[in-house]
Amino acid sequence: MPAGATHRPVRARLGGAAGADRRTERALGALAALTLVLIAAMIVTVLIKAWPSFQANGLSWFGAGGNVDTQLRAMDEGVALPGHSALYLRAWPLIWGTIITTVPAVLIALAVSTLAAIFITEFAPAPVRGVLEPVVRLLAGVPSVVYGLVAILALAPWIEDHLISEARKRSVSYVVQLSGANLMLAIVILSIMITPIMIALIAGALASVPPSWKEGSAALGVNRWRTIVRVCLRTARPAIVAATVLATARALGEAIMLSMVSGSRGFAANPLDGFTFLFEPVRPLAATIVQESAGLTIGPMSHTLYAMAAVLLVSAAMLSFAGWAAKQPLKRYGIRA
Amino acid sequence: MNAHGGAEGLTPVPPRQSMRRPPRQSIASWPLLDRAGYLLCWATGIALCLIAVGIVLYMLIKGISYLRPSLLLESPAPSLQQSKAGGFLDPIEGTFLLTAVAIAIAAPIGVALATWLSEYGQSSRLARAVESAVEIIAGTPSVVLAIFGLLVFSQSFLGFLSQNAADGAVTGQSFLTAGAIMALLALPLIVGAAREGLAQIPDRTREASHALGKTRATTIRHVLLPSIRPNIAEGVVLGMGRVIGDTAIVIILLGGTLKTEPENGTPILGLLRGTGSTLTNYVYYNSPAGEGNAHEKAYAAAFVLLMIVLALNFAVTRISGAGNRVDRTGGGWWRIAGAQGLILRLRPAREPGS
Amino acid sequence: MTDQVTPPPVRRIAVEREPRVAAPTASPNGTTAPQPSASARLRAERPPVGSVRERMRVESVWLAYGDNWVVRDVSLPVRQGEVLALIGASGSGKTTLLRSLNRLTEVTAGAARAGQISLDGQEIHGLEVNALRRRVSMVFQQPNPFPMSIFDNVAYALAEQSPPRGRRRRRRSAELEHAVNDALRRAGLYEEVAGDLDRSALNLSGGQQQRLCIARALAAQPEVLLLDEPCSALDPISTATIEELIVALRESVAIVIVTHNLQQAFRVADHVAFMHLGELVEYGPGEQVFDRPAQQRTREYIGGAFG
Repeated sequence: MPAGATHRPVRARLGGAAGADRRTERALGALAALTLVLIAAMIVTVLIKAWPSFQANGLSWFGAGGNVDTQLRAMDEGVALPGHSALYLRAWPLIWGTIITTVPAVLIALAVSTLAAIFITEFAPAPVRGVLEPVVRLLAGVPSVVYGLVAILALAPWIEDHLISEARKRSVSYVVQLSGANLMLAIVILSIMITPIMIALIAGALASVPPSWKEGSAALGVNRWRTIVRVCLRTARPAIVAATVLATARALGEAIMLSMVSGSRGFAANPLDGFTFLFEPVRPLAATIVQESAGLTIGPMSHTLYAMAAVLLVSAAMLSFAGWAAKQPLKRYGIRA
Repeated sequence: MNAHGGAEGLTPVPPRQSMRRPPRQSIASWPLLDRAGYLLCWATGIALCLIAVGIVLYMLIKGISYLRPSLLLESPAPSLQQSKAGGFLDPIEGTFLLTAVAIAIAAPIGVALATWLSEYGQSSRLARAVESAVEIIAGTPSVVLAIFGLLVFSQSFLGFLSQNAADGAVTGQSFLTAGAIMALLALPLIVGAAREGLAQIPDRTREASHALGKTRATTIRHVLLPSIRPNIAEGVVLGMGRVIGDTAIVIILLGGTLKTEPENGTPILGLLRGTGSTLTNYVYYNSPAGEGNAHEKAYAAAFVLLMIVLALNFAVTRISGAGNRVDRTGGGWWRIAGAQGLILRLRPAREPGS
Repeated sequence: MTDQVTPPPVRRIAVEREPRVAAPTASPNGTTAPQPSASARLRAERPPVGSVRERMRVESVWLAYGDNWVVRDVSLPVRQGEVLALIGASGSGKTTLLRSLNRLTEVTAGAARAGQISLDGQEIHGLEVNALRRRVSMVFQQPNPFPMSIFDNVAYALAEQSPPRGRRRRRRSAELEHAVNDALRRAGLYEEVAGDLDRSALNLSGGQQQRLCIARALAAQPEVLLLDEPCSALDPISTATIEELIVALRESVAIVIVTHNLQQAFRVADHVAFMHLGELVEYGPGEQVFDRPAQQRTREYIGGAFG
């Protein structure tokens, strides 16, 4: 067989059936191309629908200015705020809400899931591992609405009763009402939601480190912990990166749980408030879209919501790229991913 | 320096007392940082066990205390006394109907895409682009998919797929439209699972079939696809898990009615064009975030939802596990990853000397 | 998509040699020991060693996995300045005995032992296990370089002992560099890789990877080097290079090598221990065991009656 022909099986020598083969190929190829077109159409459509909102606000769309809740209500009622266009929006509180819930949750989940994954693959006795694996799998599959329900019904009142004192409430009452549905709850539940999936990925990668490397490291007189850190974690780095990207994408797009739990006030939680900052409500972008979705067909609200969706889409794309870029340097040393 | 003169008998075994088991691994001699890391690992592991078991137990207790058989069998009834009136039969129906629609759309398309990618497209540029497209779908938040779907399906020429409101505007909300977008959620999982299955079939199977004079199409239909049935099943079950658990698409594309309300017209098509609810948005509406404020029913419905998820997990383990396949990626953990929606082309670390 | 690099041609290591002595004639007593003249010449050209001193002593050692006796009542000395070859059929316990010398047998659950193994007079079970393994290093059958650069591989054990300051390329300490280069020279790999020590170790050829593993084992200046069939996965040229290496190294490190290959044992070993079914059947200088084996079973093994 001539060189280079090994990938594609021989064709066109099989008589009449070859026609059916080619038709199948063309049909399937058309389907694949159609899928591509669909995705491209989705991205383009969202961007087109989003454009008027960006155009009306310019870069200040991302900035702060006034109460974003008021702005959204105005769009809902179809009445423009005095002195501004119908599309007026300063979405910074929402963007900040997204950042301040996603980043800490991912960091916490990263630390916890790496340690837990090491525990599961290296240190846990066999019966413990046998229990943990199905439990982690179950937790990874629990719908977000269930997490939100338990959080808002069980944890929020507990937080409100035990962690938020009257004095604290008074200290910010001129700006915002504190309740159990707040930033801290959002971060905690979001971490719990994304940890199982990260554990799964990292544990999988740790479990497939070739035993000869671990044995070689032990034979050189390196203790077990250092072996894990220097050899196993290094080999699992692509998986850790992938897990982080995955978890961040999930956290960014989490709308339902956060809309139940985060307090839903378009208020930019202020770190300068000290500890109280943790108890202030937030309103992440994805949650906002779901909450305002009734107005998706009304003009100004529609453009605004699509603009928010566009921001989410672009963030997800940048995230994917960052993940890909983070894995490149490792390929040099033969760590494939 | 013992040298036994050619005798076949072996020397007698030493007394048991002088036998020593090796000492347990002691970390006392490790540097402080290493010991700290080791203990931290154990602490995290134990905490994980406790939290996980705690969550499961809590849901079990709450669910069992609030779940009554009547809830499963009655339709939701609007009433001021929400905690007394009606059950969630309709949402359960809705969940199953929606899942069925989503899988009915996603499975054939997913398998077709996987087949094309694996058998025809292979390394071409179009194939890489399609793979990226599938990954983008997998990584897009479901909210974004939902509002895109609403945009598309509220165009008037697609009005046949959903309901028409009183003034003739197309609502774009129905089981069909929601199911179509849900299919996008399940698609990457089915594609991934099918591709994995196809990749595991060695080339010589295909070559043998060609040597017998069969075309690629015939080979695919009669040889390859039947042998990846477990993989497809696995992908389908994972997809079902994702579909059943999603709420945002339901809220945006299935409308706010708690009861199943078919559109006038032919029986089945009317049902599909109609709206209703699913367990997920039922829980949402009965929680403080919605209007219902019937916590007990929300807990009960959430419990049912959890049981369904548990059953699906069990199905995945049965289909994919227990040694019918060689697992190259470390214990099957990646399937949980698939369930969260990114196709990760993880391969095991490169073996030394390979 | 692998980045396979064409390995550079193997260069023979310059070894100081005595003036050639006449090769010994073929053994007169008609044994069927394999003695091609090339090997005999190689044996005769071995550089002499200054002094021989005992490093480890194995005394009446019994090893078992569960209820299965793998090594029965074996006693041997391990000396610096000479190569000890453990030969025998599969299942004879030679690999298990080797692994017990650096306590790698403990990793397996259910392992038990009786008897004494001492390093420089100290019972090895009294030593801290990682300190022991830095003094008694091991090279495995399959080359297993870590997925890091060549430098990082060789510096691996050393970097663990000192705080991790010298790991980044730009901030390597001079000490570490010196130690790495030294180890690479002793392993005979330096000329071939000196150009770029930051290359991935996995891009080397099989023979180079094995020499890298040897360099890695030598970096911590061990007293004893254990080799578990190091050449069985390599081609003849790499095998020859590594054998020369072993012979050159024996002056500074005590070497124990397990090998299936009788010719290899003949080429490199000063003392040979033949094991069968866990027992030490015969132990003695290489010429004696191969030319005039005292035991019938040894004679049968060397003659190829079983393998």
